[in-house]
This record gives sequence, structure tokens and C-alpha cells, in this order.
Amino acid sequence: MIRFLSVWAFALLVGSAAMADSQMRMAVTTSFHNSGLADVLLPEIQADTGIEVQLLIVGTGQALKLGEAGDVDAILVHSRTAEDAFIAAGFGTHRREIMYNDFVFIGPSSDPAGIAQAQTATAALEGIAQSGATFVSRGDDSGTHKKELSLWAQTDVSAFGPWYNAAGAGMGAALNIASGLDAYIMSDRASWLNFGNKGNLDLLFAGDPVLFNQYAYLPVNPALHDHVKADLTAQLETWLTSQKAADLINGYTIDGEGLFVFNAQ
Amino acid sequence: MVVTLDAELLDIALRSLRVTLTALVIACAIALPLAAMLAVRRYRWRRATIAVLNALMGLPPVVVGLIVYILLSRSGPLGALGLLFTPTAMIIAQVIIIVPLIASIAHQSLRDLWAEYHDLLISMNVTQSQKVRTLLWDARRALLTAALAGFGRGIGEVGAIMIVGGNIDNVTRVLTTAIALETGKGQFALALALGFILIALAISVNLIIHWMGQTEQESRW
Repeated sequence: MIRFLSVWAFALLVGSAAMADSQMRMAVTTSFHNSGLADVLLPEIQADTGIEVQLLIVGTGQALKLGEAGDVDAILVHSRTAEDAFIAAGFGTHRREIMYNDFVFIGPSSDPAGIAQAQTATAALEGIAQSGATFVSRGDDSGTHKKELSLWAQTDVSAFGPWYNAAGAGMGAALNIASGLDAYIMSDRASWLNFGNKGNLDLLFAGDPVLFNQYAYLPVNPALHDHVKADLTAQLETWLTSQKAADLINGYTIDGEGLFVFNAQ
Repeated sequence: MVVTLDAELLDIALRSLRVTLTALVIACAIALPLAAMLAVRRYRWRRATIAVLNALMGLPPVVVGLIVYILLSRSGPLGALGLLFTPTAMIIAQVIIIVPLIASIAHQSLRDLWAEYHDLLISMNVTQSQKVRTLLWDARRALLTAALAGFGRGIGEVGAIMIVGGNIDNVTRVLTTAIALETGKGQFALALALGFILIALAISVNLIIHWMGQTEQESRW
């Protein structure tokens, strides 16, 4: 018995150490994965190119770190400033825009801060701050979190009070917290539509152009990490910017609502 | 929901089992001889070693995950092995987490047994390794409990394997990380169903091991 088990353990150690040539790892954001689009794209990618893309679902901050360390072959994230810094530091070869969706403000359906009537995203946030209504922030250095902070920076709110809760959690977990606290939260549209525990929450504000959420594909620089599969990342990029990808991305809907707009050049 | 996910679900459950059982076998191979050595041998730092081992029972899995992650990362010291985000990385993390637990519990029972056997074995003038083997064999049922405690801690663990495994679909997704993922999506029903499967799995493994070890038979021991 013991001998059998140790052979088994050894086989597992050796077997899982090697990665097949057609496999690559890509770090994607929680918001991308929660949208469910990955489940549509990955089988098509495998069928067309033979590449098995393994997804690591993390926040943008962690995705960039994984790319820096060479632990993934490519990343698909949405935080322009951080991406530009990543490229400038030489960790990635280039940045390719793929598609966008948008951020929305979610809150209790009674809307105590009245953000449904706000004209701009900035005004909506100022309304929340003035009313002192509970607000949940991702607080995890993700793309969504960075976007939220950049929007707060444009408001006249100088300091957050006790109404501001930094959850330090992924999109879904933060939505769960907001649902439990009956709080306001900023979410990407895809995560919100796919979220299963909406409770008393409603989509209250959307449509301001500043809420535009661009996803970009960044292959990790093979010059820094020679194990990075540059040929596979190039093939994947070609596929992601193809007409077929465009049709799949634009055609992806939840409850009849389109989520993403393909805009690769 | 769980019914429709059959094939994938089975895959995830089997992966949970495979990772934790492998970690358990390796951990026992390290922890049981260590526990016996601690019971039998007398050396200067023995008490300190036992105290540290006991303290490490409460090792936070997320810290273990972080340390293993840093070691196995491509920019870490063991990066060349390419083990990060593989089941092997998860096994390594679980071994580190459960070794102190198994060793501490095993040491407890071996120490009691040693108190009984001490005079006999000394008078027979057996070697150190014979003492260790005798103790391990005669305490095998108590050691089974130690191993099952280790299994329980391993199979229900999420913090460390989430970090070092990455929760990759079809590669490193196990029951606990799947539960965390579904909870994140607000799919509580599915998450709960997965939770029940995890509990059922833990109970069946315990029952099978007890049945195999015939622990409840009066006539033996």
C-alpha cells in the first residue's frame, strides 16, 4: 500500500511539473471572468488554434505582478495607467486593446443618495458622499478599484468618512458585501448582470462616458523570461483581434443585454 | 445545478482528493518518524522542537501559501522548476500545513506508549530504529487519528492552495477554491451544494479508512 502510494505521489510530482507545449497561462481580471465571456471564448480558441489557455483569475494589480514575475505568459486587464507603466518598465512587449464594457453604479433600490437622477458619474459620487450612505469599495488595487479612486479624485470629496468601506475583495465578494449592507458600489456591468445575490440592490446609474472600461491584452516580455511562450501569445493575439473574436464578443449577451464591444484595431 | 455539472464536478472532487491524499502520504512519511524520534530520543533542543511543532499547528495557511508562492514564482529561488500553479505546488503547501499537526498529535500518543514500553525495550537492548518502528507499529491506530486530522485540515483548506494553485479551471480547481469562486459570483446555492459534497467526501474517506483499519473491532488491541 505505502509503496503503491509513493509511486503514485512520485508520478504526480513528475507528471504535473511539465507543461504541455500547447498550454499557456493568462492572468485575467475577476470582472472579465465573472462576465462568463471566458467560457464562450476559451473553447473556440482551443478549437481554432489548439491553444489551451489556463486562466488565473485575479485583480489587475496582481495580474500585473504575475506578469512581472513571469508566472504567466500574457495578461488581459483594464487599467490604462498601470498597463502603460508595465510596458514602460519593459515587462510586456506591447499593449493591444481588445474590447470594452462599462462601469455602473449599484445601490439600494430606495436610492437614499438620489444618484439615479445625477447627470454625471462625479455628481453621483458626490451625492453618495453628501448623504453619507454606505459605500463599498473594492479596495484591492484592482482595475475597478483604481478606476473608482480616479473618479473620486475628480469629485469635491476630500476625505472618506465611516460610510466608506474598503472591502479588499474581488468584484463578486464586494458585491456580496454591498448586498448585505444595502450599500452603494461601483461594478463593471458584466459582473453585475451575472451576479446571483442581487438582494435589494439595483442598477442606479450608468452611461457617463468616463465609465468606459477598456480591456487590453499584454504579452509578457520573453526577453526577461525565456520560458514565456511568445509564439502562443502571438497566436492568441491574432485570434483575439480576428473577425471571429469580434463576432463572439459583440454577440455575447446576458438577459438580452450586450456586455462587451469589440474595438481591436 | 450540481446534477448538470456532473463530469466537471467529479473531476474537481477527484482532484481535491488526489491533492490532499498525496499531501497526506508525504506528510505522514515526514511527520510520523519525526514524532517517534521525538518520543524516543533525548537531546538538548527536544522540548523546544516539540513546542515549536505544537505552535506550528496553528500555522496560518495563507502565510504558507504566500511563502510557497514566493519560493516557486519564476522570479523566486525555485522558479526554474516551473511548479507554480500546478497541483504539485498545492501538495507542497498542504504538506507544510499538515506536517506539524500530524507530528504533534502523533507525538502525544507515542509519548504515552513510550512510557509503557520504555523499560521493556531498553532491557531488550534494541537499536534506536527498532524502537521507532515498534512504537509506530503498535501505535498505528492512534496514528491513524493523527493522519485523519491532517486529512481534515488539508481537504478543507483554501487560503494556501488558492494562492499557489491559482484556481485554474481543469488544472488546479478543487472543491474549496470552487466554493470560494461560486460564493464570489453570488451563486450561494451552488457554493453550498459544493460544500455538502466536500463534507460528504471527508466523511466517506474517514469511514473508509476506519473500515480498512478495523479500528472498532474489540478483539484487536
